[in-house]
Amino acid sequence: MTPSIGVIVNPVAGVGGPAGLKGSDGAEIQAAAITRGSSARAEGRAADALALIGRMRPGAHVLTAADSMGEDASRAAGLTPDIVYRPAAAETSGRDTTAAATALAHAGARLILFAGGDGTARDVCDALLGDTAVLGVPAGVKMYSGCFAVSPVAAGAVAASWMTRGKHPVAEVEVLDVDEEQIRHGRVDPTLYGMVRIPIEPGRTQARKSPTGASQLGAVRSAAAGVVERMRPGVTYLLGPGGTISEVATLLGVEGTPLGVDVVRDGALVLADASERELLALVDGRVARAVLTVIGGQGFLLGRGNQQISAAVLEKIGDDPLIVVATEEKLIDLGGRPLLVDTGDPDLDMRFEGYAKVVTGTRTTSLYPVLAPESKGTS
Amino acid sequence: MSLPIAPKPPLRRFHEARWDEPIIFELSTPGERGVLVSRTESDVRSTVGDVVDALPHTLRRETPPALPEMGQMRVLKHYLRLSQENLGADLNVDIGQGTCTMKYSPKVNEAIVRTPLLADLHPLQSEATVQGILEIIWTTEQMLAEISGMDRVSLQTGGGSSAIWANIAMIRAYHEAAGEGDQRSEVITTIFSHPSNAATAKAAGYNVVTLYPDADGYPDIEAFTAALSSRTAALMITNPEDTGIYNPRIAEFVDLAHSVGALAAYDQANANGILGITRAKEAGFDTCHFNLHKTFSTPHGSGGPGAGATAVSDKLVPFLPGPLVERDGDRYFLDSDRPESIGKVAPFYGVVPNIVRAYAWMRSLGAEGLREAAEIAVLNNNYLMKRILEIPGAGAPYASGRRRIEQVRYSWQDLYEETGITSEEIGVRATDFGVHYWTSHHPFVVPQPFTLEPTESYSKSEIDEYVGILAEVAREARETPEVVRTAPHRQTVHHIHHDDLDDPDRWAPSWRAYQRKYFAGDDG
Repeated sequence: MTPSIGVIVNPVAGVGGPAGLKGSDGAEIQAAAITRGSSARAEGRAADALALIGRMRPGAHVLTAADSMGEDASRAAGLTPDIVYRPAAAETSGRDTTAAATALAHAGARLILFAGGDGTARDVCDALLGDTAVLGVPAGVKMYSGCFAVSPVAAGAVAASWMTRGKHPVAEVEVLDVDEEQIRHGRVDPTLYGMVRIPIEPGRTQARKSPTGASQLGAVRSAAAGVVERMRPGVTYLLGPGGTISEVATLLGVEGTPLGVDVVRDGALVLADASERELLALVDGRVARAVLTVIGGQGFLLGRGNQQISAAVLEKIGDDPLIVVATEEKLIDLGGRPLLVDTGDPDLDMRFEGYAKVVTGTRTTSLYPVLAPESKGTS
Repeated sequence: MSLPIAPKPPLRRFHEARWDEPIIFELSTPGERGVLVSRTESDVRSTVGDVVDALPHTLRRETPPALPEMGQMRVLKHYLRLSQENLGADLNVDIGQGTCTMKYSPKVNEAIVRTPLLADLHPLQSEATVQGILEIIWTTEQMLAEISGMDRVSLQTGGGSSAIWANIAMIRAYHEAAGEGDQRSEVITTIFSHPSNAATAKAAGYNVVTLYPDADGYPDIEAFTAALSSRTAALMITNPEDTGIYNPRIAEFVDLAHSVGALAAYDQANANGILGITRAKEAGFDTCHFNLHKTFSTPHGSGGPGAGATAVSDKLVPFLPGPLVERDGDRYFLDSDRPESIGKVAPFYGVVPNIVRAYAWMRSLGAEGLREAAEIAVLNNNYLMKRILEIPGAGAPYASGRRRIEQVRYSWQDLYEETGITSEEIGVRATDFGVHYWTSHHPFVVPQPFTLEPTESYSKSEIDEYVGILAEVAREARETPEVVRTAPHRQTVHHIHHDDLDDPDRWAPSWRAYQRKYFAGDDG
């Protein structure tokens, strides 16, 4: 049987963009945007993705939420959806997105296509998704998360391929969000909000000639194995957040905290989900290294999502405090932009500037540029 | 029919043969034979005895191998049918396999290597009876030494990766001889260099450091400087890289490597744009290699046999693989007494038929002709790039507005964002027009990549035909994307999914693996 696809449209996603509002979170901003003559673009973009599914998979079984939350876009695309969620009020909120995603997963959707931005991704991430994967149709103002396709039709093509094949590999990616108030004041500080699973297309992102690392999952495992290979007895390792580092914990056989910092020594868990204060105590007088990966599409290494590994903790660890790990794909996806550090201590940041040796596998590293944007003017 | 026949449309109305041929094992009929081998004569049998019985048990099969049992004519038909079901280099406009230099392999050279004088040679014949072929090997080495500027060449390696392996094996031996084997633990390469450079370095026991391109697509020289240390054993680099961008600061890279005591290896597998124009020697390299099956026109053979040429400067000569062919007056001989050599990297003296083909190709062109081949390859490539960039949705990342050398790594990212059609899908659809198309080496740095290299062999009209096909498929991606997505339609096979190739539990690289993974239950 063809797997069902769930559809959610955040009807107000993207409304703040054309109005120059840096985002669309919250009823006030949405009203302000509409006052400025903006209209949301999510429904049209969702319909673009769904129209492709309709063409490639005529009669595709689509589950969705009522009216503007997906039903309208589905019908506009020529599909006949089953409605599994109805919002209580005409004006929907993020809570409706979360409730709709939970209802879709519960109704048997194996993949949820959602049209929106980072705020919508957060709300979807809050749902009880179980094994259900998600994929974002890019329609928001902010899209720092790793769960968006490059375009609506690209999202539709991946979803249709998923329906054709029945079984599909998935990868865990980060959901990031940025405080819009901060962007409106010129700051971009994305925080790591959670992890979701997205479908990956093997053979489309990797060359078939490559004898190893035939999939992204293989590449993540290989990068994580490269970290484990570099671990030494008696050294305390602070495992930062992120999917690649979760794989390090898996290889060590310890239960990791995907969004937190776990401390391991000699292959055993010392403390899970440690705070900055706990980390300071644990590295005191010991040889330690912090294991970090690239957070989000902006390439943050320090200062976003892993603030527990603070300037004070890094100072205490001493020289050469980092092991940086990432797949080659992740570095390539940065498109040449440098890795970023922002610990809040410009002098410390300066010490990281230059090039980082990024572990990409057993005995393989990539040398990648690092920038300390906050240290400018202090040096 | 009626004459005159209608003019041909600009796009070929191609259809590949579709024989729906079973796998050869499925054609087997128990007891059927192609040749009935005569029984041994009784005198012979009584003199020699039971030869099978003399074999040690460890070498003897318990049960005969499960080979297909077939008559001659059925075997012939089987392979002729399979041969019709492909897009060989002599059938299609084969400019879609960039980096591989799919130039014409002159058929007269095939006639030369099939003469009994060559085909019947045995590698263990006495040197006195093979002076001719030793002279050809020696002369080919001299020509390649001149082309690279290097001091000595070995033709022993059987292909490109084997030659890259020889590069790093010699470098390892050099550092060990200097007492720095343990200290020099790192090899630096670039992400646009052929992945065999990283792979062989890793296989040789080195830690591999990969550099990314700077904004212009050149290897990042500052990153290289930061990566260098007393631990560095070598720089292994391609130039021009797969992007077709020539790194004009290559000599600086080599100098920097030398400044910390490291060596520099130049991957010249594809030297097709620089023959007679630049040389490894002038850039200061210590070793380089050529693929005879790329630049020097020998056939690719789809996985073999290829042939590699390893060229080195004086300091690496003692480490060359061997034996080497030496000349003493008019006499040629094999020198195996080379204590510092990395030894054999292939059986005997190299892929002799390919050495002869390359020798014949170079002799037919001469020095001027070789340079002209490179110049035409570059001219063809820049003409092709101009035409490709006229197709909406196609791009050539890096070095915008500048010329490329012999190939270009293009991107369909704009078309993908607009249509959801991937580069791989475009390649599959292109086969419906009778041409081959390839994407990129691992890893995909350029999104939705495709790599074209027209070499000097193709005429303007054939390059135009290829561009016309890609333009048509790009138009289809916009207007009738289902046609592209469900392709191929005029091919030997229908649309297939690759999932089984990505899952070790499901892929089947041999008949035995196929039986085991899919039918083991049926056999009990």
